[in-house]
Amino acid sequence: MATKTSISFAGWPARERRRIRLRVTRLESTFARLRAEGRLALIAYLTVGYPRLDLTPTLVRAAAASGADAIELGIPFSDPLADGRTIQAASQLALKGGVTVARALEMAKAVREQVEIPLLFMTYLNPILAYGVERFCRAAHEAGIDGLIVPDLPASEASDLRRAAEAAALDLVFFVAPTSREAAIEAACEAASGFIYCIAVTGVTGARAELDPALLPLIETVRRHTTLPVVVGFGISRPEHLQALQGKADGVIVASALLDAIAQSPGDPASRVRQFLTGLRPPP
Amino acid sequence: MSSAKLDRGPDGRGRYGRYGGQFIPETLMAAVEELTAAFEAAQHDEGFRREFEELSRSFSGRPTPVYRADRLSAKAGGARIWLKREDLCHTGAHKINNALGQVLLARRMGKQRIIAETGAGQHGVAVATVCAKFGLTCEVYMGVDDMARQAMNVYKMRLLGATVTPVETGSKTLKDATNEAIRDWVTNVRTTHYVIGSAVGPHPYPLMVREFQSVIGREARAQMLAQTGRLPTVVVACVGGGSNAIGIFAPFYDDPVRLIGVEAAGRGLNSGAHAASIVGGRPGVLHGSFSYLLQDEDGQVLATHSISAGLDYPGVGPEHAFLHEAHRAEYVSVTDEQALGAFHETCRLEGIIPALESSHAIAYAMPLAAELAADDTVLINLSGRGDKDLDIVRGLAGA
Repeated sequence: MATKTSISFAGWPARERRRIRLRVTRLESTFARLRAEGRLALIAYLTVGYPRLDLTPTLVRAAAASGADAIELGIPFSDPLADGRTIQAASQLALKGGVTVARALEMAKAVREQVEIPLLFMTYLNPILAYGVERFCRAAHEAGIDGLIVPDLPASEASDLRRAAEAAALDLVFFVAPTSREAAIEAACEAASGFIYCIAVTGVTGARAELDPALLPLIETVRRHTTLPVVVGFGISRPEHLQALQGKADGVIVASALLDAIAQSPGDPASRVRQFLTGLRPPP
Repeated sequence: MSSAKLDRGPDGRGRYGRYGGQFIPETLMAAVEELTAAFEAAQHDEGFRREFEELSRSFSGRPTPVYRADRLSAKAGGARIWLKREDLCHTGAHKINNALGQVLLARRMGKQRIIAETGAGQHGVAVATVCAKFGLTCEVYMGVDDMARQAMNVYKMRLLGATVTPVETGSKTLKDATNEAIRDWVTNVRTTHYVIGSAVGPHPYPLMVREFQSVIGREARAQMLAQTGRLPTVVVACVGGGSNAIGIFAPFYDDPVRLIGVEAAGRGLNSGAHAASIVGGRPGVLHGSFSYLLQDEDGQVLATHSISAGLDYPGVGPEHAFLHEAHRAEYVSVTDEQALGAFHETCRLEGIIPALESSHAIAYAMPLAAELAADDTVLINLSGRGDKDLDIVRGLAGA
């Protein structure tokens, strides 16, 4: 489990809470180890139930065995407005296949028994509200989830989920974007735990050829406000992207490009996941 | 009904009671902050107000009259029915009020590209119209199902120089057109203003739309006082996202006037094929705000149905959710069939072809008028004209 504190520090500033935690979280120890090794964290995103519900644990294992340092499990939502075509299509297919929040939780529990690396849930706010904010956080923690990523929840609207996540010992990741003002970056850094999700492009998710030149200055701005790891996502799809971010960011998230690869090989998606991730970053 | 002063909101966080807010990707946060500041500055700028009022007069055709519908009143038996004639606005609906206001604001902000979503096409046509007038680039997102049932409005938008982009995802109607417009905005936010067409979306959109549409209620209130010597007993308006309703309701908040919003019950509330968010839904987050929403147990947004494309939307503006919870407005629903009946009655009895959206308000107001006294008055917001719906009505008549 992420942490084992019996004392509640809800209401304390996040920075203080982190300092007095009695045990390090899975995300903290992962980033600390990678930082010591001078390596980027590679976080692989998979939509729960894409391409089929029974394949998700297999794909998570394949990713973990092919260099993924953490897994982001997407609980599909009907209206993913921060997502491009790839994740939209994967979400629709997963929903058609019967994925619910309850099934995603069962899936996470099964996956947790098979892999040790950090697991995060990514979903939009409404499925969490419908399940119940506190109930969802407790259930996610019990299933072995380490953190949450909610793309339609800016820090300014997050007080309820922050409280519930904190009480359930879940990390809650916030975003910064190339368009973010410095005050918003500061607020995200103050509210976040686990890591800061740095959006690489002004746009929605989806594989892209080039990195935005504004990305490196954005990472530098974030560093001025936090010691949390900085992880870059949106558009990350090529080995050159990882090379360019080596020594600059602490990690990358690869999502649409991985799902695109899976879509190309419906017969053997697990091999495709292995092939894609090892191609993205050859094993040491 | 209450005559106590309503705390109308929004508060500093864009909340109407517990509804509203800004549930959007971080990429858009700076843009909505910029928009909030620009809107506040414009509201206090005499020059902006004068330009909006002058163009509302000379371009949109304001003020629109209120009209005493004698034969509808006689048919209902009871209260006198009056219609606020937004159908007489340029482009045929109240949508031009908000399109004009927001495009003027976009010009102030130096945005050269305008995007919009549209359901029935009335908002899309209004935005394309104002963009043509000012020479701005305009792209309108529209579900392919709506493009099929509102083909004439698609043609009009293209005549006016707008690009109409078909949306093939999800329900292929207004909800998914809105998703696509938001994705475009996330990508092009630096150069582009997104003109949301209803009283929905993240703060400050519900506030802006209310303010630009409140001209309807301000005019109607003064006109009713001048022509009947008193305030109406009841004000009735249809509610999809709720822009025409919030526009006519807001100036009556502090008056002893009943406010009734009529949602689309489609094939019936128990059929599952409807679009009545407040009557048949529960609170949730869609398109940037917390409000009533048609959703399943798992928080997935449901497909909706209404004969009227403009009401075919699973959400509703957060201020309506607040008015409902504060018991300041009542929310009811009428079916496709009832709306269609009112459509035909209004054609034959008054010589007015109403939009199918507005026909929902008429359908509820008729039996309501029958229950009221002869010296009561029911004011209906006739939000648009029905020319755009003729293919649908003709198709049903032929079926």
